[in-house]
Amino acid sequence: MPGKLKVKIVAGRHLPVMDRASDLTDAFVEVKFGNTTFKTDVYPKSLNPQWNSEWFKFEVDDEDLQDEPLQITVLDHDTYSANDAIGKVYIDIDPLLYSEAATVISGWFPIYDTIHGIRGEINVVVKVDLFNDLNRFRQSSCGVKFFCTTSIPKCYRAVIIHGFVEELVVNEDPEYQWIDRIRTPRASNEARQRLISLMSGELQRKIGLKVLEMRGNAVVGYLQCFDLEGESGLVVRAIGTACTLDKLSSPAAFLPACNSPSKEMKEIPFNEDPNPNTHSSGPSTPLKNQTYSFSPSKSYSRQSSSSDTDLSLTPKTAPYPQGPRIYLCPSSPSLSCGSLHLKKSCLLLSESSLPPHHSSLVSPVLRKSVSFSEELFLAASGMGSGSAGKEGGPFKALLRQQTQSALEQREFPFFTLTAFPPGFLVHVGGVVSARSVKLLDRIHNPDEPETRDAWWAEIRQEIKSHAKALGCHAVVGYSESTSICEEVCILSASGTAAVLNPRFLQDGTVEGCLEQRLEENLPAGCGFCHIPYDELNMPFPAHLTYCYNCRKQKVPDVLFTTIDLPTDATVIGKGCLIQARLCRLKKKAQAEANATAISNLLPFMEYEVHTQLMNKLKLKGMNALFGLRIQITVGENMLMGLASATGVYLAALPTPGGIQIAGKTPNDGSYEQHISHMQKKINDTIAKNKELYEINPPEISEEIIGSPIPEPRQRSRLLRSQSESSDEVTELDLSHGKKDAFVLEIDDTDAMEDVHSLLTDVPPPSGFYSCNTEIMPGINNWTSEIQMFTSVRVIRLSSLNLTNQALNKNFNDLCENLLKSLYFKLRSMIPCCLCHVNFTVSLPEDELIQVTVTAVAITFDKNQALQTTKAHVEKSLQRASTDNEELLQFPLELCSDSLPSHPFPPAKAVTVEKTSPMGEGNFRNRSAAPCANSTVGVVKMTPLSFIPGAKITKYLGIINMFFIRETTSLREEGGVSGFLHAFIAEVFAMVRAHVAALGGNAVVSYIMKQCVFMENPNKNQAQCLINVSGDAVVFARESELEVVSTQQPAANCQPACTGGEVTT
Amino acid sequence: MTSELDIFVGNTTLIDEDVYRLWLDGYSVGDAVALRVRSGILEQTGATAAVLQSDTMDHYRTFHMLERLLHAPPKLLHQLIYQIPPSRQALLIERYYAFDEAFVREVLGKKLSKGTKKDLDDISTKTGITLKSCRRQFDNFKRVFKVVEEMRGSLVDNIQQHFLLSDRLARDYAAIVFFANNRFETGKKKLQYLSFGDFAFCAELMIQNWTLGAVDSQVDDMDMDLDKEFLQDLKELKVLVADKDLLDLHKSLVCTALRGKLGVFSEMEANFKNLSRGLVNVATKLTHNKDVRDLFVDLVEKFVEPCRSDHWPLSDVRLFLNQYSASVHSLDGFR
Repeated sequence: MPGKLKVKIVAGRHLPVMDRASDLTDAFVEVKFGNTTFKTDVYPKSLNPQWNSEWFKFEVDDEDLQDEPLQITVLDHDTYSANDAIGKVYIDIDPLLYSEAATVISGWFPIYDTIHGIRGEINVVVKVDLFNDLNRFRQSSCGVKFFCTTSIPKCYRAVIIHGFVEELVVNEDPEYQWIDRIRTPRASNEARQRLISLMSGELQRKIGLKVLEMRGNAVVGYLQCFDLEGESGLVVRAIGTACTLDKLSSPAAFLPACNSPSKEMKEIPFNEDPNPNTHSSGPSTPLKNQTYSFSPSKSYSRQSSSSDTDLSLTPKTAPYPQGPRIYLCPSSPSLSCGSLHLKKSCLLLSESSLPPHHSSLVSPVLRKSVSFSEELFLAASGMGSGSAGKEGGPFKALLRQQTQSALEQREFPFFTLTAFPPGFLVHVGGVVSARSVKLLDRIHNPDEPETRDAWWAEIRQEIKSHAKALGCHAVVGYSESTSICEEVCILSASGTAAVLNPRFLQDGTVEGCLEQRLEENLPAGCGFCHIPYDELNMPFPAHLTYCYNCRKQKVPDVLFTTIDLPTDATVIGKGCLIQARLCRLKKKAQAEANATAISNLLPFMEYEVHTQLMNKLKLKGMNALFGLRIQITVGENMLMGLASATGVYLAALPTPGGIQIAGKTPNDGSYEQHISHMQKKINDTIAKNKELYEINPPEISEEIIGSPIPEPRQRSRLLRSQSESSDEVTELDLSHGKKDAFVLEIDDTDAMEDVHSLLTDVPPPSGFYSCNTEIMPGINNWTSEIQMFTSVRVIRLSSLNLTNQALNKNFNDLCENLLKSLYFKLRSMIPCCLCHVNFTVSLPEDELIQVTVTAVAITFDKNQALQTTKAHVEKSLQRASTDNEELLQFPLELCSDSLPSHPFPPAKAVTVEKTSPMGEGNFRNRSAAPCANSTVGVVKMTPLSFIPGAKITKYLGIINMFFIRETTSLREEGGVSGFLHAFIAEVFAMVRAHVAALGGNAVVSYIMKQCVFMENPNKNQAQCLINVSGDAVVFARESELEVVSTQQPAANCQPACTGGEVTT
Repeated sequence: MTSELDIFVGNTTLIDEDVYRLWLDGYSVGDAVALRVRSGILEQTGATAAVLQSDTMDHYRTFHMLERLLHAPPKLLHQLIYQIPPSRQALLIERYYAFDEAFVREVLGKKLSKGTKKDLDDISTKTGITLKSCRRQFDNFKRVFKVVEEMRGSLVDNIQQHFLLSDRLARDYAAIVFFANNRFETGKKKLQYLSFGDFAFCAELMIQNWTLGAVDSQVDDMDMDLDKEFLQDLKELKVLVADKDLLDLHKSLVCTALRGKLGVFSEMEANFKNLSRGLVNVATKLTHNKDVRDLFVDLVEKFVEPCRSDHWPLSDVRLFLNQYSASVHSLDGFR
């Protein structure tokens, strides 16, 4: 019985009128956790009841603490009939279960009803007393920290980055159970909300166990998603990166990373030290050492902690029993396909069916759902130990071997991070992605989600092999997604193949000195661009040149990645958001036929999306894409593809060639004139864009660089083509220019459309920039004003003109208009940049397209932004150095202030807390929390991992919320727009309230993972499901920080001390 | 391609002041878009009409959702759904409760009932203010009236506390509520030349001097109702005109004091009895509700118009009235 949960219901306000006769309400509250329920007294005749209840105490297992949400129901007492529910509040108590996070949850929560929305607020105080548990075979994983942020959280340092953790749990969807026919919509919605809450708790606990097993203490880049599979059930799955994090408050944290074993040993106490806080208030200090079996002490044997049979770190090799029913995209290695031979022929088929005239454009770097032949596999794996670059070759090889051995132990060397500690990322290979089409089937046994596990395992395996083929041993910026329509499901995974520095991957090994020498060889700002694969034995045709920065290593001409721009990368000019949009009609079909049709369409879509991206990138005069995210959505009668990325000009890569248009029909005067007109337009656009984005790279004469490596035949080969099978593809002679120009052939109206659509993208109005990465390259003087927003649009297509072209145009207009609207709405913030622009497309019905955008607008200082590129570089360098100084100064200040008074400042706070049996010391943070009594404290929300002009001082825990809203009076609530607008506003409000109750003032890495909207206007009904997550934090403005930093030690200790005195 | 759904929700609720004004003025989305186009916003921003339409719709929807909260401004401050900076909250409230001079003159002193509400159509056509805006203003008057109607304490303070209005606007509302409660007639043709400000000035003085609150600050309704005892006492003034000697004495006192100071002295001297009779008659009749309502009509008829016909300058009127009331104190029975 390792935990005691204590809840106090203080008061309510703004309650709805439940008794029409008196215009008042007789409210009382039910507090439920697990199977235990407590009730408050009825507070009669008031809309602002003051219950001031006793402390309701629940004695529960920590496993339950992690899984179950606290459920608070507000009801109206009725003497004669059943009590009416006013609404509910679900509180996830997880943040109270680990150290360094929140210690108490206290504040006003909106009372939410799935039919009426928010109905008043309730003031609740929640605390948890954890007792330490001797049982090391436990099922709980209290103490593991979770972060949505896809980089190392700001006030932590990564000691070790262990790697990929994943888990999924399945269940029946309450909405589809037989009982749903007889229960009210409200009961059904609440059952669903509760179930999902339970499942995410369970999922998080299981992931935590895996992390403990890997001897980590945190999950970074935690991404949890729901698949609403309808009849066949509900899947909650999550991926993340297990890490061992160290809080940056002790001076030791600033030691260089563990280079020698002895240092590593020294650091162990620091890893352990914060942990006792987890179980802070229990009087069980002596047990401390046994409890923390997961501290990275080397002597610990691995088996001892892995007792959970649910965990499956080994690949599931069980043969898949329902083989014939599964249809796969021909490109994914499937178990059902049987032999490799069969697969190959499949591929060849798709290859030869490609229209030959489309074969002209290829990126060497983007790797899509294309399988490799066995030969390539061999080549790729052989390459690891083979000769690599020219300079530093042996080191590189050694490094690779070590890293590989480190990574080989892992099933999937994947990292969900998109930004990395300096030196972590050595080389980037390119984007790897895989998709597969599956037919959903009812989940028969929820306790064994093996089918879904196997599906993902397949895809991950494929990703891994793609990365290998690129000479990379790891995948970074990794993410997974699904799109479901009826019983067909597309599973997608993508990431960036990369070579990593082993230093962070394993607890300190030998190669400290070696690395340093290696790093000296790697010039800053371009190292990651250098190809990781062997140039003589390239996995695909590519156009290589010597790096324009260091001139020593080879770089590709274009680089696509899913990660954020590395901070040390040298960029010329500014970046911009680049999107490729595409629709394809598909015949309505059932089950297998449908899956086959989709499988057949997928490669074409991937290809075209990629072509569009490439064309648009060239049109912008840029040479690299970051944060690439390709989303393929399946609907009843169409497929949609939307790719978003941030284009930049990397100084290390060659200047992109222009786009050339070639006509197919010769000897037609007017036609040729038209072509040349188009050509001129394109050239003008490129020139204009270069000016707009301030791309003016220094001129370098050919001689210095050396002529490009001659590869006359491979230059323009289609990527998906395999080395053998593609020989018959028609080749174009592209060598008519000095630079490798991109050629667009115009031979039919289709191609014409494509060129036109290229030119229709309007740049944002002046003063506006946009990107889908964390920060905009070339802007670094953010001011503190931020505005996060969500915008949703749904359009109905008229069924008459459903051709691919019309569809494309509609979709394109939808996205462009949406962006234009955003620019207009946010015009008062100019100059500003839309960061982390995240588009999601869904096809809720036959003729409906829904686009959801979440982004943050950040203003910046115009004067500084207009400085030249050179100044930018200097500035960023300066910034980096001052950052370091700040980092160094901060803890020193802390020490010098606190040392004289308290000999052991960090330890002291902890011990004081422990001596108070009731954990009153927990209140020490409350003084900092915004007092919600008088006015509502401001809570900022942002999809970024930071807040401009401010420092995050504390992470309070993960926010992961799921809401359902339904209405049967759609018209009265202002139609679909009114309904959804109100709902999203309510979701924001509930997120803010939870953060404020944790004592926080911001949510970072906020993401709206799902927004499923369904309407039935004829019945005047609509329903919407929203899932959001983020990290609750406390931030302090940089200007205030100095004051805070000097005051903090005193402020922290004093209330704790008095708390101790009072209780003892 | 038709837009089925189109929304924008910010973590901080975006408030566009211009659109808010258009919404308050009761324009439909279409009219508002047209007006915005005319303001030249498209040229300034390079936006399209469709963008403007979508933006306007969105703001209208937001305002519509906020309206419920604006009906009880303290709720707007404490609610959690819309994150709005305090300065913006104040602006929303102040503008929502602001009213048009033309409109308020039409309903000032009228009973804030359903009957009056039905007449809003006519008021709308007469004043050129949209019916929607008229309704909002009328409902605001009524809402404030209902809330402070039976409350203790200062009327202005109560309004300020419950509606969070600025001092100036709260005073205006106090006047409106006071007039509505006492149903003073202000719509007669004769009174048309008077502005709302004129009446508000009167209202403030009457609240200060004529109500229960002027005597005792701890009664319900203190600033709303006229002090019945006071009105009863006014009856005693009858003697000023009924008693011939007293009237003459009063006249001579006033004339002596004002001789040489008044430009219209001779007219005053000639008219004194008439003027005095007029004023006293108005005062003594105030025990009847009907006559209370006609207070301003009577004052204009019996006092203002005679003065005006003799071309009294304002300063002379002020001097006369001051002297007129001051002299009374030196009369027997008034000391």
